[in-house]
Amino acid sequence: MTGRALVVVRAGALTTVQDEGRPGHAHLGVPRSGALDLPAARLVNRLAGNAPDAAVLETTLNGCAVRVSETATVVVGGAACAVTVDGRPVPWGAPVRVPAGSVLDVGPAASGVRAYVALGGGVTVERVLGSRSTDLLSGLGPAPLADGAVLPLGPEPSDRPRVDVAPQPGAPRELVLRTRLGPRADRFTEAAPRTLATGAYRVSAASNRIGLRTEGPALAHASTAELPSEGMVLGAVQVPPDGLPVVFLADHPTTGGYPVIGVVHEADLAAAAQAPPGTPLRFAPWKERGGARRG
Amino acid sequence: MRTRAVGEHALLVETGGAEATFALHAELIRRREAGSLPPVRDIVPAAATVLLDGVADPGSLAAALVTWRIPPAPRSTGARVELPVRYEGPDLAEVATVWGVSPDEVVRVHTATEFRVAFCGFAPGFGYLTGLGDEHAVPRRSTPRTAVPAGSVGLAGAYTGVYPRSSPGGWQLIGTTSAVLWDVDREPAALLAPGTRVRFVAVTDTADHRDVLGKGPR
Repeated sequence: MTGRALVVVRAGALTTVQDEGRPGHAHLGVPRSGALDLPAARLVNRLAGNAPDAAVLETTLNGCAVRVSETATVVVGGAACAVTVDGRPVPWGAPVRVPAGSVLDVGPAASGVRAYVALGGGVTVERVLGSRSTDLLSGLGPAPLADGAVLPLGPEPSDRPRVDVAPQPGAPRELVLRTRLGPRADRFTEAAPRTLATGAYRVSAASNRIGLRTEGPALAHASTAELPSEGMVLGAVQVPPDGLPVVFLADHPTTGGYPVIGVVHEADLAAAAQAPPGTPLRFAPWKERGGARRG
Repeated sequence: MRTRAVGEHALLVETGGAEATFALHAELIRRREAGSLPPVRDIVPAAATVLLDGVADPGSLAAALVTWRIPPAPRSTGARVELPVRYEGPDLAEVATVWGVSPDEVVRVHTATEFRVAFCGFAPGFGYLTGLGDEHAVPRRSTPRTAVPAGSVGLAGAYTGVYPRSSPGGWQLIGTTSAVLWDVDREPAALLAPGTRVRFVAVTDTADHRDVLGKGPR
C-alpha cells in the first residue's frame, strides 16, 4: 500500500463510493448517481475539512469497517450508528482522529439506512465522466466495496471547522414526500391521484439506489396503450403495471416507458434515502411553486 | 407541440414523433450553442418527446417554446458512423420470418437503411436507432436473454440498437459489431449520441470480429 489509502476490513451489505454524481449526461443514458442523502454527504465532508463534493463512503444498514494507512480525520454521519476505533467508542457526527493502522468501524444503523463516512482528503478513485460515484444501474465508477479492497485517499486538509457535534435530521418515523402531479397523471383513472394523495403506503424492502419501491393501494392505469419511452427525472413517481409507485432515486434510468404520475420535491429525497423498509409513507399533494409547506 | 410540467425544474415537450423530435432537439442544441437558451442541465430526446431538466423557470421556457419556428431537422449534418456487422445473430431467421423475407433480404434492408440515433437509455451508450419502417417492426423476445454479449446488434419494435456491454436483454439479435460503443476516455463517451447518423456494413472477415471478443467495449 503506497500513499494514503484505506483497506476495507468489513465491506458491509452495500458500501459504495459517492460524491455529487454525474449530472448532464442523461442524453447518453448515464444516470446522475451520487449520494442518496446528499445533505448528509456534504455535511460530513464539511466537518472533515473536505470540499463538499469530495467522495465519501455510503453504507447500507449494517455499516462497514476500514483500516487507514496513515492518521486521518474521519466523520461519520447520515444514519445514526455506533462508531468505534480499534473497538473503542468515538463520537458520531463529529471529527475523529483515526491513528495510522487503526480500524474504524461504522456499526449497524440504529435509525436510518445509509451512513456517510468522510475521510480527510476524500476517496480519490479515478473519476468517470467527472464523478467518482458508483452507479449500480449502469456499472460506472468503482465497484461496491469488497473485503480487502484498497482505495486511495487524498492529502489530509490542513484546516477544518471547529465543531464538536453538528445537528443532523433523524430518520423519519413517517416519510412524507411532497409530490406534484404530472406529467402523465392523465394516463390514470380519475381516482388514482386521490389514492396517491390519501393512500397509506409503506417503504418496500425491494427499495434500492435506483428506486424507492412502495407497498400500498395500487394506482389504476386508465390506458393500457404503451407509452413511448421518455426522459425521466430524479424524484419521478413511476407506476409500473402492478400499480405500485416507484420513486426514482439517484441511479434511476434516464429514459423509461411507464407513466409518471407525479414528481417528488427534491428536498424530500434525502429523507427517502433514510427510510427503512416498513416506514409509513404518504405522498402529500404539493401545488405551490417554490416554498410549499414542510411535510 | 405540447409541454407538460415535470416537478419544479423540468419540462416534457411532446413533439408527436421521431422527425419532430430530431428537429426540436437540433434547434435546442443550436440555440444552446448560440447562447440563446436559458441554462438547461439535461436535454433528453426520446421517442416522441424531449425532456428539459435542470431549468430554473420551466414555465417561461414552456411559454417561449410554443412560439418557436422550428425548421426541419437537417438531414445532411451531424456525425456519421459506419458499424461493421457480422450478420450471424441467433434471431436472424426469426426476424426474417416476421418480415416474411429471407435472412439475406433482412441483411440487405438493414445495410441499405440510413439510421439515426433517436435517443439513448437502458445503458450508457445504448442508442435507439430509427430508420426502419413500421412494416419492419418486430416484437421483443418473449423471454429476455440473461446475458447478451457486448456488440450485439438487435431489433425491437422498429428500432435497432447495439449493446455497449454485456447485459440482460430482450431484443432480437441479428448480428455483432466490433465497434466500441462506449469508452469513458473518449469524447463523447458514446459512439452513438442522439442525432448521429449510422450505417451498418456487412462484413464476413473473422479478423474484424476478433477484437469484439478480445477487448469489447469497456
